[in-house]
Amino acid sequence: MKLLGSGIFKGMAVTLENFVRSYFDRDRKHHLFTKEYAWKSDAPADQLPARADTTVTTRSRNFPMLLHDGKGSEDPMASIRCVACQICERECPPQCIFIEKEYDANGKFVKRPVIFDIDISVCMSCQICVEVCPFDAIVMNSEFELSNNDRFNGLLVRRDALLKSNDYYHRIHPEEAQERDDRMAREKAEKEAKQAAADAAKKKAAELAAEKAAELAAAKPKVDPAAPTATPQ
Amino acid sequence: MTSPALHEPVLQQFPATRWDAAARALIVPADIARAVAQWLTQPANGEFDYCSNVTGVDFLPKEIKEKTKNADGTEETLTRTEPGSLQVVYHLYSMRRRTGPLVLKQVAPREKPVAASLTPVWRSCELQEREVFDLFGVRFEGHPDLRRLLMWDEFEGFPMRRDYVEPADYEWEPTPHGEVLEKHRRGKVIS
Amino acid sequence: MSTAAPIAAPPYKLVRHDEAEAGLLEVSMGPHHPSTHGVFRMDVKLDGETVVRLKPVFGYLHRNHEKLAEGMSYLSSMPFTDRLDYFNSMANNWAYALAAEKLVDVPVPERAQYLRVIMAELTRLVNHTSLVGFFLNDLGALGTPLLYAFRERERILDLFEQASGARMMCNYFRFGGLRCDVPAGWLDRTRALVGGFPKFLDEFEKLLCENEIILARTQHVGVLSGAQAINAGITGPMLRASGVNYDLRKVDAYGIYDRFSFRVPLGAAGDCYDRFMIRMLEMRESLKILEQALRDIPEGPVMGNAPRVFKPAAAEVYGRVESPKGELGFYLIADGTTKPYRYRVRPPSLINLTVLEDLCVGHSIADAVVILGSIDIVLGEVDR
Repeated sequence: MKLLGSGIFKGMAVTLENFVRSYFDRDRKHHLFTKEYAWKSDAPADQLPARADTTVTTRSRNFPMLLHDGKGSEDPMASIRCVACQICERECPPQCIFIEKEYDANGKFVKRPVIFDIDISVCMSCQICVEVCPFDAIVMNSEFELSNNDRFNGLLVRRDALLKSNDYYHRIHPEEAQERDDRMAREKAEKEAKQAAADAAKKKAAELAAEKAAELAAAKPKVDPAAPTATPQ
Repeated sequence: MTSPALHEPVLQQFPATRWDAAARALIVPADIARAVAQWLTQPANGEFDYCSNVTGVDFLPKEIKEKTKNADGTEETLTRTEPGSLQVVYHLYSMRRRTGPLVLKQVAPREKPVAASLTPVWRSCELQEREVFDLFGVRFEGHPDLRRLLMWDEFEGFPMRRDYVEPADYEWEPTPHGEVLEKHRRGKVIS
Repeated sequence: MSTAAPIAAPPYKLVRHDEAEAGLLEVSMGPHHPSTHGVFRMDVKLDGETVVRLKPVFGYLHRNHEKLAEGMSYLSSMPFTDRLDYFNSMANNWAYALAAEKLVDVPVPERAQYLRVIMAELTRLVNHTSLVGFFLNDLGALGTPLLYAFRERERILDLFEQASGARMMCNYFRFGGLRCDVPAGWLDRTRALVGGFPKFLDEFEKLLCENEIILARTQHVGVLSGAQAINAGITGPMLRASGVNYDLRKVDAYGIYDRFSFRVPLGAAGDCYDRFMIRMLEMRESLKILEQALRDIPEGPVMGNAPRVFKPAAAEVYGRVESPKGELGFYLIADGTTKPYRYRVRPPSLINLTVLEDLCVGHSIADAVVILGSIDIVLGEVDR
């Protein structure tokens, strides 16, 4: 006959077992599973607390950033990849991006954004802007300590704050950055090969045309009033 | 996506219904809708015991320009207005026989959007028809408790209609467009 | 509530109650309530402690998802589907991708199919453990089973973060496949998790399933018959707890579910205890599917050749999946442009709430909380 309350005791035995085991859990993964705050992964290991567990993985995405190919202290705007095509602004689901194109003194469109604002209180980190960008200019950052005291300006991240170098991208998302670089190099090589083939074809066509013109000129008789007329060949 | 034979018995039994091949749906007039629904639940007629989805769709009146050739050979462009409609779409399945879907549509004119409620036949239509009433404004006759579902009771207007205009009292938060943009342009710090 | 002609001017109105209902206490449970699983209100009329009338009030989380989707391209709605049933973002994604793929007929590569099944079954594990945890929270076991469940859920969310970049709002599925492949080592980590999960389920069952308090409070409470459930459009574990064998993974066999052998647990009594046990059993079946999928997954691409600009021809489709809450369907009307003409989500949680009043009437108000917990609703889906 089953003792009334035995089910409850069984349950309590489970919790008691978990409680006692937590003192002897070697790797502290099963019974003490609360993680510490995600310290910045680029701090040296001896400065992290003993149970620090970086929960930011190499694919974590938080808010976007603009890429530039400058190194060191070069001006990021010199090598910014964004050409202000505004595709990301159109496709962004919560409409958090605002772009203004740059025009030079004559009114001609220079392929750069003069304003590129992302309102990170609206951004939902969905990564659609990254997917639709045809120039690999915008990718996701994993920086998450972005809180500040200014409600409107502080959460409106402007172009210069969004610009990060490709090296930084390699540091936070190494595999993705490498894939992207490989793909860009491949596409560039394909484009150059195509261009070279087109140039070669054009050159060949020009040479052929020049030859033909030379032939025609040679075949035509040279009209000399003093010389007797020779029959054309 | 209705399996080919599912709608044919209905067309035979109820000649007033019509099969819309483009939408692959049975258009059922409102006055016989409940009879058709009751008929469909019977085991002899397909045993559609499960109404999965009830949706409203709003089609605005559309202007269609057609080029026609007259008797004397000249071309003419005729403009006719295709009337809009508020449609209620039902997706029916049979759980016992694992068939479906059979798509029923009740088409109502936008000026007088009234449809027959199929809640007495399938209880799953109860909340969904309330939602169609709330968001599209279609009145369901025979519904036990027709009131707004998602919007609050005193709300006026039907938000999902294509010609719905939001009232000017809408609260919005500043984003890089609009007001924030204006202030940014004038160089003011937003406070 | 019976409404007579209001005798007071707006913004408030006076209503007369029926004579029979005079003297009854009306309690508004919610929207701010720890046990209503979201912003959800129930107007309950009580005779002492027995529920006489219960009217659910929805709309507190209505975000007009359907109208927003009419104004943006098909791909841009995908992140919003994550936020419908915010516990099961992968299942929502799959339902939408399934419906859209019916519009353009893009074949999905094999590896993507297997990964989709793996993600969906992991989501089912996440949902059912969380549900059992919250259900027991409502019963009064404040925290212990919930945190045991969350321990496992955290491991699965870590896997989701490694694969897609985000823990909950994954935005991982695309029309024709997945956004990207899983990183190296992910499959091994998943195998390790799936290998250790039965032990956790055993511990969970030992903790809960013979507990006399749970048995007394959930058996014979909120009994739903099979016929009633079918007519009310109930789907998912709640339907199967009432004894009806209708699981979309078997009926529609979408994706590659026909390749996996798993059973569909059915309940006998249709009460809250059955609904709770069904979820424990379904977790074990999900583990079977996961083992098979992880064993058979091939190499290959994860993205089919979807058109660069998603512009389907005019058509109407209805695509549905077995989400952990029930049948999640998407009804799309395309009109040849890049934006859908009509985008409708068939929410299982809302439809499952059709019978809430019938289940609760006659029981005490404490049972109303238990019944609501066993229905398993997420307000993001109910209100969209």
